[in-house]
Amino acid sequence: MGMDNDNLQQQLIKELLIEGFDGLERFDQQLVALEEGTADDSTLNTIFRVIHTIKGTAGCIGLQKIASVAHVGENLLSLLRDGDLSTSEALIDVLLEYSDALKEMLRTLESTGEQGEKDYTPLLDRLHHLQEPGAAPSSGTNEHAPAAKDQPQPAAETDEASWGIFADEGDAPGAKPQPADQKSADGEAWGIFAEEGSQPTQAPAVKATAKHSHSSNSAAGGEPKQPAAATGHGSVAETAIRVDVGQLDRLMNLVGELVLARNQIVQVTSNARSMDATLGQASQRLNIITTELQEAVMKTRMQPIENVWGKFPRIVRDVAHDLGKQVNLVMEGKSTELDRTIIEAIRDPLTHIIRNAIDHGIETPEVRRKAGKSETGTLILRAFHEGGLVIIEIMDDGGGINVARVKQKAVEKALITAEAAARMADRDAFDLIFLPGFSTAEKITNVSGRGVGMDVVKSNVERIGGSVDISSELGNGTTLRIKIPLTLAIIPALVVTAGGERFAIPQVSLLELVRLEGDNARRGIESLYGSPVYRLRGKLLPVAYLHRDLGLEPPAGADPDVVNIVVVQADGRQFGLVVDEVNDTEEIVVKPLSKQLRGVPCYAGATIMGDGRVALILDVLGFAHHTRIISETLDHTTAVDKETTRDAGARQTLLLFRDGEGDRMAIPLSLVARLEEFPRERIERCADHQVVQYRERIMPLVRLSELLPGWPASAHAAEQDPLRVVVHADGERCVGLVVDQIEDIVEECFTVQEEDARPGVLGSAVIHKHVTTLLDLNALFGHKAASSGATS
Amino acid sequence: MSDTTQYCTFWVGGLFLGIDVLKVQEVLRPQPTTRVPLSAPTIRGLLNLRGQIVTAIDLRRKLALPERGNAEPPMNVIIRTDEGPVSLDVDEIGDVVELHADDRERPPDTVRDERRELVTHVYKLADKLMLVLDTDKAVSN
Repeated sequence: MGMDNDNLQQQLIKELLIEGFDGLERFDQQLVALEEGTADDSTLNTIFRVIHTIKGTAGCIGLQKIASVAHVGENLLSLLRDGDLSTSEALIDVLLEYSDALKEMLRTLESTGEQGEKDYTPLLDRLHHLQEPGAAPSSGTNEHAPAAKDQPQPAAETDEASWGIFADEGDAPGAKPQPADQKSADGEAWGIFAEEGSQPTQAPAVKATAKHSHSSNSAAGGEPKQPAAATGHGSVAETAIRVDVGQLDRLMNLVGELVLARNQIVQVTSNARSMDATLGQASQRLNIITTELQEAVMKTRMQPIENVWGKFPRIVRDVAHDLGKQVNLVMEGKSTELDRTIIEAIRDPLTHIIRNAIDHGIETPEVRRKAGKSETGTLILRAFHEGGLVIIEIMDDGGGINVARVKQKAVEKALITAEAAARMADRDAFDLIFLPGFSTAEKITNVSGRGVGMDVVKSNVERIGGSVDISSELGNGTTLRIKIPLTLAIIPALVVTAGGERFAIPQVSLLELVRLEGDNARRGIESLYGSPVYRLRGKLLPVAYLHRDLGLEPPAGADPDVVNIVVVQADGRQFGLVVDEVNDTEEIVVKPLSKQLRGVPCYAGATIMGDGRVALILDVLGFAHHTRIISETLDHTTAVDKETTRDAGARQTLLLFRDGEGDRMAIPLSLVARLEEFPRERIERCADHQVVQYRERIMPLVRLSELLPGWPASAHAAEQDPLRVVVHADGERCVGLVVDQIEDIVEECFTVQEEDARPGVLGSAVIHKHVTTLLDLNALFGHKAASSGATS
Repeated sequence: MSDTTQYCTFWVGGLFLGIDVLKVQEVLRPQPTTRVPLSAPTIRGLLNLRGQIVTAIDLRRKLALPERGNAEPPMNVIIRTDEGPVSLDVDEIGDVVELHADDRERPPDTVRDERRELVTHVYKLADKLMLVLDTDKAVSN
C-alpha cells in the first residue's frame, strides 16, 4: 500500500513539474506580451491559471511551501485580472522574478525531491506591498490583501468549494466588473442586487458576489477559470495526451530496428530466385508498412519550433532591458516542425544569436534616432521549410557589421594577416566572426562579448548537419540564416569501405564521387610537400586516405588501377576522402556511441547495417579536424571557395560530353541522375528500342541522332563498347542518353546565344574556351520518355 | 543467510573472476564485432545486441594480461550500467556461485596496481581464489 501511495505521490509531483515548467514559460511569454501591450483578453486569465494550477497541485500533494508562495502571487494576479490593479514595469519585473522563484523551487523539487530551504520572504513582501492600497492606485478592494496575509496556507478543498459557489452564481463568461463601479459600490449591496438578478448591471454584480463570498470564505485565491477558456482547453485535452519523451524515443528505436529487419527481409526475398509469390508479396507489404510507420513515428517526435522560441520574448526583454535598448521581437513560422533532438540542439545556438543581435546588432535608442531610424529596434525570427531542410532566419535592423572593424579586430587578434585582410572581400570578412576567439564587442558585457560565441554557434549547428550563413549591410542590419535537417534519427548516408571496415558518410556532407581508373588512378593523386592533393576540375583538392588516418591497415589485394575519392564538405571547405570501395546509399538509423567512445573525434555515432553488423558513422568535420586537413589548407581553400560562390547566381554546373561529329554539348548537371557504362552485350531490344535492364527496371536508351532531327549519327556508334550513358530520371522513369564521350563537369558563368535555338536545343555558349551546344533535356526527353513509356 | 551474494564467474587469461549476478544482463557466444579505429586499446569494438549497439571491452587488456592472440574468440558478458549495456569480453564462462561474506578479503597490496584497482575483494574458495570485479571501474576509461 505504502508503495502505491509513494508511486501516486511521485506521479503527482511529476505532473506538477511538467505542468509547472510549461505553465511558467507561458506565464513569462504572456507577461512580456502584457508589458508590450500586445496582450488580449485571455492573457491575464492564462497568467492567473498557471499560478492557480501550481498552487492547487502543490497544495494537493502537501508541498505547502510552493503552494503558499504561489498563493501570494495569485492574489496579486487576481487583482490584476479583475482590473483592480494596473500593470507597470515594476509590477512586471516583480512578477518575472516571482516566476523565476517558482521555477527555482520546481527545479529544486525535481533534483532533490524536497521543496528547498531558500527563503523567499523579501520577494513575497514586495508582492504583498504591491497589493496594498497606495502601491497600486486603482486598487479598490482593501479587504483582499489582509485576507491573503491571514491565510497564507490555502487548502485545496476550500478552493474547490469556492469554485462551486462561483459556478452556481456566475456563469456569465464576460463577467468583469469595471473598477469604477466597484469603487462606488459596497459589497453587500451588490450581493443583494445579484440575488434579485433583474438589474441591467447584473454582470458586475455577479462578479462582486463571487468576490464577496471569497473574502468571507477566507480563500481569497480561489478564483475559478473563465468558463469560455475552460471549454476551449477541454477540447484540446480530449484530442491530445501527454506522452513521456522517453516513450517516444523507445518507439523510435523500435522502428529503427524494424527498418533494419525490413531491409534484411527485403534483401533476402529479392535475392531468392525461386521465391514463393506470397512471401514476396508479404515482404513488399512489410516494406510499405514499415516506411509508413517510420514516417508516422517521426511525426510524433516533431515539435513546433515555438517550443524553443517560447522563452525568447522573455530573454529579449531582459537583455534589452539590461542594455537600455528597445527591441520589438517578431516571430514568424512558429508552427514549423522539427525533430525534438534537433529542437534541443538548436536551443543554445539560437539563444546566443539572439543575445548577440541585441547586444551587438541593435543600437541604443539615441544612436537609432540619430541614424533616422525608429527608436525601437526590430528583431525578426523566421522559420520555414525548404527542400527537406528547415531554414531559420534571425534578422535585426541594427547597425550591421562594420567590415573595417571586423578586419581590424581579426588582425589585432592575429587571426589573419594585415595583407590578407586588405585583400579580403566583405562577404569573407563576415565569416571572420565565426573564427574561434573573435569578438568585436568594444567592452565586455555580461550578455556577450567574452570571445566564446559565434564559433561555438557555428560548430553546434554543424554538429547536427546544419550550416550558418551571414549577410549584413552597414547601417541597416544583419541576417543570420541557419539551415538544419528535419531529423537526425534516420538519415541518408553513403556507405563506403576502408581498411576492411564499413563507414557511413552522412549525405549532407557529401558533394560528389570521383573514380579514377588506370593511369589516372596511379598518377591522379599528387603530393604537395607531403600532403596528397587531387586536381578536381583544375583546382587542388586536399585528399586524405581514410584507412591511413584511422590507423587501419591497407586492404589486401587492392587494385592499384582504381581510386575512389569521396568529395566531402565540412566547415564550408572541401576535401577528398580516398576509400577502398563505394558501396551504396542507404537510410541509416543513427545510434549514439557509449561514453567509452565519446572522446574519439571522428564518429558521429554508429548504425546497424542490413547484415546485422555495426558500422561507424563518420563525423566529417571531426575527421577533418583530426587529420588537420582543414586547418592546413584553410587560407587556400577559403579563397578558392569564395571566388566560385561570389556570383553563384549566374553560375551553373554543367555536364560536358561529345557526340555526333565531335560536337561538344552541355546539359545542367541537376538533370543528370547518374553516369553509367553498359557493356554492349547487356543491350537488348524491345519494340524497336534499345533498352537495358537497369536497377530492376527497363530503361530505354536513346541517341541524340534519334531525338534531334538532322543530327548526325555518331561516327563511333557502331564499335563503341561499353556504351557511355547519361541517365536522366523523371520520377520513377529513367531514360538513358547514349553519348560518345563524357568530358567533364564544370561550374561556369556563361551567356547563351540563342541564334541556333530550336526544339531540344537552348542555344550555344562559350564554355571553357570552346563553343558548346546547350541541350534542352526536358524538351528532348519529355517527348521521348512519353512515347517509350508505353513500350517498357 | 543474508550475507551471501551470488556471483557469475568467468576466466580471463588464467584469472578466475566474478561479478554480482544482479549486474549481469546476459551472456552471449562470440559475436561479430566492428572495430573502432582510434579508440582506446581496451575497446575491442561494437556489437549488435538485438538492435542496440553495445561497446565491447577487452578485459585482458584492461587487466594488463597477455593478449588473447588468435585463440578462441571471446565470450561476451553483458552487464547493466547506468548508460545501458556494456560487453566484457572473457575467455570462458564458469558457474553461478553463492558465496558468504566471511570468506572474502581485500586484495593484498602486493597485487599489481591496475589489477588491484579493478578488484574489490578476493574470495578464498577451496581450490582457488575468485576475484570480484569492480564493474564500474571496468567500464570507465
